[in-house]
Amino acid sequence: MKPPHGNPEMPASAGGGSDSSSAPTETTTQAPTDAPTNSTATAPGTTSPEATPQSQAQTGQGHRSAWPLWEVFVRSSRGLSHVHAGSLHAPDAAMALRNARDLYTRRNEGVSIWVVPADAIASSDPDAKGAFFESPQGKDYRHATYYTKSEGVKHL
Amino acid sequence: MASQILQSQQDEAALEAEGQAYFDRIISEDSRIEPRDWMPAGYRKTLLRQISQHAHSEIIGMQPEANWISRAPSLKRKAILMAKVQDEAGHGLYLYSAAETLGQSRDQMMDDLIAGKARYSSIFNYPALTWADMGAIGWLVDGAAICNQVPLCRASYGPYGRAMVRICKEESFHQRQGFEILLELANGTPEQKQMAQDAVNRWYAPSLMMFGPPDDDSPNSKQSMAWNIKRFSNDELRSRFVGMMVEQVRILGLTLPDSEVRFNEETRKWEHGPLDWDEFKEVLDGRGPCNAQRLERRRKAHDNGAWVREAAAAYAEKQSRKQAEKELAA
Repeated sequence: MKPPHGNPEMPASAGGGSDSSSAPTETTTQAPTDAPTNSTATAPGTTSPEATPQSQAQTGQGHRSAWPLWEVFVRSSRGLSHVHAGSLHAPDAAMALRNARDLYTRRNEGVSIWVVPADAIASSDPDAKGAFFESPQGKDYRHATYYTKSEGVKHL
Repeated sequence: MASQILQSQQDEAALEAEGQAYFDRIISEDSRIEPRDWMPAGYRKTLLRQISQHAHSEIIGMQPEANWISRAPSLKRKAILMAKVQDEAGHGLYLYSAAETLGQSRDQMMDDLIAGKARYSSIFNYPALTWADMGAIGWLVDGAAICNQVPLCRASYGPYGRAMVRICKEESFHQRQGFEILLELANGTPEQKQMAQDAVNRWYAPSLMMFGPPDDDSPNSKQSMAWNIKRFSNDELRSRFVGMMVEQVRILGLTLPDSEVRFNEETRKWEHGPLDWDEFKEVLDGRGPCNAQRLERRRKAHDNGAWVREAAAAYAEKQSRKQAEKELAA
């Protein structure tokens, strides 16, 4: 036991008393999804809509799977939309909400939180790039600024 | 057959050229690259290294301060310190999320850190010996971090920039609370003032080294700047930081342990005395005063948390099974 006001930071010994080679074995650091039942079957996957194809390949390759990824949306005050704040890992929705509160609203940043399993989000194809958003091109007449003849007319 | 292979190689090369052109255009427009965009392998690798090291630094950085929570001189100081340590954990998590979008799993990063395979900022391998160190860490170490991080808010990789915006908003509390600790000690008894000066003396040089090696010894910097990841060179940021500290140390009534600090009228830059880059490399390579201690603590914390992770997963599994049974019965 250290005395209550002892120096908590004095290095154990100059070179560090415990050698870094005395690492605990891998088995003691196993992630929870080694649980006997197959929890990943019902849990959302671990890839984000932001994830790259490479990452999908990597995370699918038998590396011990972890808690699924959730995307977090925060409403900063009444009357505003929920806005994407970031992501986090959690075993279920209830824990995801609690973690999101601790992670993204430590300073009153929100009055409401949504958490969404990352793999439940469908997103537009990044390879389609411009093509998917082509239809508004050349349709200036959808903007009020297209109509110039009414300039100077009040309340219009 | 051979012609088919040739064809597919040509297709791949064409796709790559198209991706590169798209990437180059985004960078030249000073716009942002997002996770599913094509990016050069080197860009991905550089970012992954930088972001994961940054995340590890936040996580390991909790330790010197967490050690002082129980010894902080008042309830208010304990509460402040806890909030700060909690922020550091949060910063680590924002950054791990950003790194994950580049295709690295969080577990892999955690494992690399615990196994001693990953690097983190050399600064956290120095011991925090007295209460005044909490002040010096907040003022100098977080101050240097802010200098480094503000330009990173404009990093060309979207998720990294967004994480940095969030982090920078929170860091200024860290620096101010450190400054206040030092200010109070500097205005206290002669012994307290001496303690504050001693902490500043010990943290000054390591905090200057946080900006990384001098520009002529920083081979990756140029490429990072060309990719709009870094916006300013190591020496440029270090010089700016020294200038700010010169002002602020006067208000503290303390001094910087560097007789060679001066403003160069010609270059319009602040200059400082020589830094011990051999020491920097030693610490970075794992031979600093606290490297072994920091990793050991991280391992223990990870192991001690195992039952919590297991329980949470078991509970989640049970709930989803119950839900499934309910739906089946309905």
